[in-house]
Amino acid sequence: MKFTTFSAAAIAGLMAANTAAAELVIPDLSYRTGPYAAGGIPFSDGYQDYFALLNARDGGIGGEPVRIVECETGYNTEKGVECYEATKGEGALVYQPLSTGITYQLIPKATADGIPIHTLGYGRTSAAEGEVFNWVFNYPGNYWDAASVAVNYLLDENGGDLSGKTIALVYHNSAYGKEPIRTLEELSAKHGFTLSTLAVDHPGQEQKSQWLQIRRERPDYVVMWGWGVMNQVAVQEAANVGFPMENFIGNWWAGAEHDVTPAGAAADGYKSLNMNRIQDYPVLDEIQTMVVDAGLAAGAGDNLGKVLYVRGMYAAMLAAEAIAKAQEIHGVSDITPAMMRDGMEALEITEARMTELGMGGIGPEFSVNCQNHGGSGEGLVQQWNAADGVFVPLTDFIAPDDSVIDPLITEDAMAFAAENNITPGCL
Amino acid sequence: MSADFLYGIEVVINGLMAGVMYALVALGFVLIFKASGIFNYAQGVMALFAALTLVGVMEGQVPFSHLINAVFGTEIHHFGWTVPAFAAILVTLGVMIFFAWAVHTFVFRHLVGQEPIILFMATIGLAYFLEGVGDLMWGSDIKTLAVGLPQGGSLFVEDLTAGLGGDDFYGFFIDKLDMVATLVAIVLVAALIGFAQYTKQGRAMRAVADDHQAALSVGISLNYIWVLVWSLAGLVALVAGVMWGAKSGVQFSLSLIALKALPVLMLGGFTSIPGAIVGGLIIGVGEKLFEYMIGPMIGGATENWFAYVLALIFLVFRPQGLFGEKIIERV
Repeated sequence: MKFTTFSAAAIAGLMAANTAAAELVIPDLSYRTGPYAAGGIPFSDGYQDYFALLNARDGGIGGEPVRIVECETGYNTEKGVECYEATKGEGALVYQPLSTGITYQLIPKATADGIPIHTLGYGRTSAAEGEVFNWVFNYPGNYWDAASVAVNYLLDENGGDLSGKTIALVYHNSAYGKEPIRTLEELSAKHGFTLSTLAVDHPGQEQKSQWLQIRRERPDYVVMWGWGVMNQVAVQEAANVGFPMENFIGNWWAGAEHDVTPAGAAADGYKSLNMNRIQDYPVLDEIQTMVVDAGLAAGAGDNLGKVLYVRGMYAAMLAAEAIAKAQEIHGVSDITPAMMRDGMEALEITEARMTELGMGGIGPEFSVNCQNHGGSGEGLVQQWNAADGVFVPLTDFIAPDDSVIDPLITEDAMAFAAENNITPGCL
Repeated sequence: MSADFLYGIEVVINGLMAGVMYALVALGFVLIFKASGIFNYAQGVMALFAALTLVGVMEGQVPFSHLINAVFGTEIHHFGWTVPAFAAILVTLGVMIFFAWAVHTFVFRHLVGQEPIILFMATIGLAYFLEGVGDLMWGSDIKTLAVGLPQGGSLFVEDLTAGLGGDDFYGFFIDKLDMVATLVAIVLVAALIGFAQYTKQGRAMRAVADDHQAALSVGISLNYIWVLVWSLAGLVALVAGVMWGAKSGVQFSLSLIALKALPVLMLGGFTSIPGAIVGGLIIGVGEKLFEYMIGPMIGGATENWFAYVLALIFLVFRPQGLFGEKIIERV
């Protein structure tokens, strides 16, 4: 009798262990505290809420529930690495570091550990070269794509001719902020516009010198590569010196609601890039009823529909689709990180599929393969409507200039391969 | 006059006004260091906390609402009322006075007689604690500070001076917010000096600053004076938080404004209120002029590091700062 009871308990325990092991573990390296929390919270809420919706509505992905493991990085690179080390043992399928600094630290670690990284529109640009960066993906676009999309938009605005125009780049004086300079220099040579660069020191609370210079030199356009408090101060200073907001374009990390609301009505007309269109999606209604109203939301539910919430949700959708693809490729529901990588490399996002998921038009159509981990690189331009408190999409998705960007990516990736003794190739 | 020369003058004017903003932060450090010898690492976070509290009170936000909702399953966020700016400022001052009392009662009263480095470490802990409490109380989102401060350049000054240097000169740009900050700083410093010189409490504060033991021997309560000094530092933090918060919205980056105060303190001296002002002005003008004249040749973004270089240059000649007290220790 005792033996039977023990056996039953052991079998139950094993089943429980198997059930636990069958979970799809997704770490969320979030930052809900510190100077960058205003950007970190909505992204993390959107990321987690979408997986919560899949769990509540579909029982997970392919019948396997998703378990989110949240770890607070404070947007601090050291803490981000600690989070990686603390969570990778739980069976993490993919990391979304949400920080270029953390990404750079994790690339060699995750490659050695065989865990894929997805850096949605940030991180190391040349990771788009999949034969060198086998475990890193930065679809649907990267920083250089964003710079090119901004220039292509301005070309459209100027009848295809930017010669004689002046574009000032106001950038965060960091590796992130300097990313678009090389691309813009190449595009400047190609299209004949003059590029001037103005660096802003971290954190960016004091930008008087830069905006006085802009007031003196009167460039035709200002493009901004900012993050955190730098964005809010830049928008306010632009308004202060009377720079026309419609000629001021931030990148996709400088175009959230909290970047413009402190400046009030003066921010009206400010433009930014976006990789995810802002509109009412049916999936947001589902999240409201099945996640937020059910008390399953990661946050207070007050970020639903905001720019960075939608971006977090979009990132989660891309991860979920890659999981489903991996399950399909390998014929199992309980996938490993290596299988996840295969799913990411075979990912195909179509308009029909996005519509089916209740988010038609949220992002560009793209497919991933061994050579291209970067997607289509498309982005759109949106404009702030201060009266209604919303960003309004101005354009459809605009393609970058691959003839300029692809050689730059190849050059940088091959240099990385040479430095790190990597022989490019597919896994 | 050439446009370049006039733009140089514009940079100097804006540098002076930026310096006033730095001095507003530095004043809080000076008050506490002068009275108690504590270098208050938490001064920047106090500015953040004061501004958060001001906005929270004005908007009728329920403090700790996320915590309350998480524990009790409620859905409360706002009281349903708004508070006028003046009344909210008074409430915030009350909160900062309570904070001063709490800091003294629960932290520094137990550390009397400890080494300065111990007291400094305590303020580091205090900074992290206060930042966490601010987050729990009011949330992490960026808040708009609507206390009626003007924004934008002064069109009057711009129109008056436009064309002085030909068509290439668009008139002086002077930020209206900076002009208000300058006026506020003048009033604040005059009030602090008047308080220290002409009131009983102020004289007691100066006595404590000069010699704790002597002040004690004539019946001055150190506990009372330290709470008073931390309260005044709280007032200065509120003013700094409002002025800086009006530029960027009230957000957690505000705590980093302390970084702008350090070179001001090094230059002006840690124990002098006029030193904080003069130091702020020198740093403001120095870093702006350097960025204007040299910055473009070396890639720009020189202001953060140049402020420290400038302070270090002054330290070579006056280690105690321009207005600091020269400390002579006998061996």
